[in-house]
Amino acid sequence: MSSIFAGLAQPDVIARYEPVIGLEVHVQLATATKIFCSCPTSFGAPPNTNVCPVCLGLPGALPVLSRHSVELAVKAALALNCAIRPKSRFARKNYFYPDLPKGYQISQYDEPLAEHGWVEIAVEGAVKRIGITRVHMEDDAGKSIHDGFRDSDRYSYVDLNRCGTPLIEIVTEPDIRSSEEAYAFLTELKQVLQFIDVSTCDMEKGHLRCDANVSVRRWNAERFGTKAEVKNLNSFRFLKQALDYEIARQVAVVEGGGAVEQETRLFNPDTGETAGMRSKEHAHDYRYFPEPDLVPLRISERWLGEIRAALPELPARKRERFLRDYGLREYDVQVLTATHAVAEYFEKVAAVSGDPRASANWVIGDLMGLLKAAGKEIADSPVSAENLGELLALIARGEISGKLAKEILPKMFASGEPAAGIIEREGLRQISDSGALEKIVDQVLAASPKQVEQFRSGKTAVLGYLVGQVMKATRGQANPAAVNELFKQKLS
Amino acid sequence: MNIPSLTIGRVREGLGKKEFSARELAEEALRHAAEENPKTNAYLHFSPERALAAAARVDEKLARGEDPGPLAGVPVAVKDVIVTRGVKTTCGSRLLAEYVPPYDATAVIRLEQAGGIIIGKTNCDEFAMGSSNENSAFGPVRNPVDPERVPGGSSGGSAAAVAQGTAVVALGSDTGGSVRQPASFCGVVGVTPTYGRVSRYGLVAFASSLDHIGPFSRTVRDSAVLLRAIAGRDPLDSTSAAAPVPDYAGLMDGGVKGLRVGVPREYLKDLASETAGLIERGIEALRGQGCEIKEISLPSTDYSVACYYIIATAEASSNLARYDGVRYTGRSANSETLSEMYRNSRGEGFGLECKRRIMLGTYVLSHGYYDAYYLKAQKVRALIARDFAAAFEQVDAIVGPVSPFPAFKLGEKIDDPLEMYLSDIYTLTGSLAGIPCMSVPCGRTAQGLPVGMQIMTNHFDEGRMFRLAAAVEGGVPPVTPGAAQPLP
Ligand SMILES: [Zn+2]
Repeated sequence: MSSIFAGLAQPDVIARYEPVIGLEVHVQLATATKIFCSCPTSFGAPPNTNVCPVCLGLPGALPVLSRHSVELAVKAALALNCAIRPKSRFARKNYFYPDLPKGYQISQYDEPLAEHGWVEIAVEGAVKRIGITRVHMEDDAGKSIHDGFRDSDRYSYVDLNRCGTPLIEIVTEPDIRSSEEAYAFLTELKQVLQFIDVSTCDMEKGHLRCDANVSVRRWNAERFGTKAEVKNLNSFRFLKQALDYEIARQVAVVEGGGAVEQETRLFNPDTGETAGMRSKEHAHDYRYFPEPDLVPLRISERWLGEIRAALPELPARKRERFLRDYGLREYDVQVLTATHAVAEYFEKVAAVSGDPRASANWVIGDLMGLLKAAGKEIADSPVSAENLGELLALIARGEISGKLAKEILPKMFASGEPAAGIIEREGLRQISDSGALEKIVDQVLAASPKQVEQFRSGKTAVLGYLVGQVMKATRGQANPAAVNELFKQKLS
Repeated sequence: MNIPSLTIGRVREGLGKKEFSARELAEEALRHAAEENPKTNAYLHFSPERALAAAARVDEKLARGEDPGPLAGVPVAVKDVIVTRGVKTTCGSRLLAEYVPPYDATAVIRLEQAGGIIIGKTNCDEFAMGSSNENSAFGPVRNPVDPERVPGGSSGGSAAAVAQGTAVVALGSDTGGSVRQPASFCGVVGVTPTYGRVSRYGLVAFASSLDHIGPFSRTVRDSAVLLRAIAGRDPLDSTSAAAPVPDYAGLMDGGVKGLRVGVPREYLKDLASETAGLIERGIEALRGQGCEIKEISLPSTDYSVACYYIIATAEASSNLARYDGVRYTGRSANSETLSEMYRNSRGEGFGLECKRRIMLGTYVLSHGYYDAYYLKAQKVRALIARDFAAAFEQVDAIVGPVSPFPAFKLGEKIDDPLEMYLSDIYTLTGSLAGIPCMSVPCGRTAQGLPVGMQIMTNHFDEGRMFRLAAAVEGGVPPVTPGAAQPLP
């Protein structure tokens, strides 16, 4: 057909089709211990050391559901606007794999933790709602290591440290219509989950894993096309790349008079392509049935109320409020609501300084620059929000100039001291006393007869030069407004 | 000391009077059991180190004047599906032939905390699947009453050990009758407590929603004492119950006068006459002691075999998936690929009955069959539970047979699995309802084969069940000859 690439449709052809995408996102909950035992979830321990009879699936061992896992899962579901089932149930998902020591995963099937939620994303300036079908809990499997060992040609190694790590699976409705929307959805989802401390969502460590169901249909077609499941989308870039590839591939298949096969396809980050897995590898009948070792999970109204009450303001609401109440620019709001820690920091600075816009500028500009250079997170900032707020308040009250403040902040950053101490010690307080300033102003006037002449002949712009001379003489400590005023008096 | 004549009370007395120390008793019990074992094959292996260490702790406590616990010094046999740290736990399967667990079952910990001395692990049907103990990978167990006959199953080894007198009490496991039926066949007391009464932590799973750990003993009192020691909430088992554990032995006394006892008409209709006659006699004994006997109906009984074998095999197919050759000891040596290793290890490792049940269970859970089998079976299970709930509004307890026939000959039924499944009918209903059930000896056939009477009460009403069992025990002549009798 029109494509010169192997089986990919060209953009003008793709444009005649509507992609239909649903995502399945696995998120590792940020608990210290595993979901059904008390082994630590810490990353990087020597292989097969964070294990016990329960997570090893030893004969006779039984799972006991951790309360903290449930709490985080409920928190996530609430933040995704889901309805929590008062009673949900765990089910066994049976399949053989060497890193699955029980021979089944404990998941949820027909009675998941939560359903019917949504996430809002911005699409070309408008708000679009992506439905969340369900949020359910499950335990993670271990890790098979196929290379890196002397005998890797014959054997695979198994590390069961990750076994029993708590996960939630978030399944969306097929509401997503482009790779951009998928990207926006995952970005928003990640931000929400990080905001409420449910997960670090660190994709490199596998804390956020994404699969996509993709189909295409002619615009205005009533029925969905046949979908393919694309796996291994383990970064935001891969997600977009894989979806674009898969959409172009399916359109080419349909345009060529073929039929899209219902199959599981693996994304290959090296080639940027998706490839069908041999059908045997995914022809699973998981034989789900209710997990007899666990009692049904009941979430009381009271507990639900407690979790709901403890939820922080979510990013979308916070963005609205920052725009409305602080009068900030869209871009600044995005940066300041990126994480809960940044937003919290900013709001404290704004409250102490009384100047939200200046606070936004200083946090985004100077502070983040210093943090980045030092490789630090805002939570570990040596300059507390109170101290930065105080510094900005000093500018607002005219006690120091902005220029001086920019010199003081790095010193605060280095020592962790409040501004007042540094100003006191280094004698940096602004000179506003008109007696002291007048003397310097007179000296400058005497030394600049040419500029005085120019000013008097109407070139008032030289005032800037004269003020600058005073600032130079005072090493920036003169109050520029007071200096201005003095010159005007003396020259009029 | 005469091991076969011991009871928990007699051991306590002997230790108290310093007739023997716990160590002396343990050594003698180990010696006696090893000597007697070739006659029955009841034990798969002994645990002398563990036994002597436990006995030493009891002796130390006695020397310090402390209470050594209700089971102090008592030689106990433990079915080999209950895990014991450092002591092989094979589940009667080739797949676990050399498996040594790194942890103890909760029941084992409680048993030893109560002063019990575990002398060895007993033979059983592979993964507790069977009614004759002929499905063990390590040979069948012979019934001490008649070595040509089976001891029943799947806890045949535990029943035989107690009947033979090599252990004072034993732990078994019951999923559909695996404690009660061998107790009946061997002429001892066997108890399946309420589901959730005893922690399943460390009981290797066959069918998780039906598995129970339960005691064997020669007297009703000893089972009551043993149950109290191992029962109660366990934070490691989500399905264990928080209900308080009463002093069951204390509840045994006080008689049965005025208790309403139901006899389900469905349980007696097809019963072999000799067994029926003995059960009738047991019922008469209860009537004679003041029980009010009522005929009742449990209309869903006929569906219990189908219901049980769907649910139990479905759960088993999942529980047994972990024996895949990757871990434990059973891995087929000659496999080129992963799937070959799975197939060969499981194909060579599992016995016929396990394979049959794994296949049945896999089938009933398969896509497209789930609703017709598993889901329907769950509904039937609810109906069976409702039958019992309705019955317990009219009566305090239900009595009936344990098995349609007494112990049969080795090999007699091994080729007819369906008949074997059908013979579980009287024990399955109680298992499906999760209520406490037990078998108490109520006489012998003309051939001298023991027949047990089953007693069932409402959830957590083990106290009344023991009281009725004591009445049968004391009221049916002749009382079980027990293990003190010389073996044929
Ligand atoms: Zn663990």
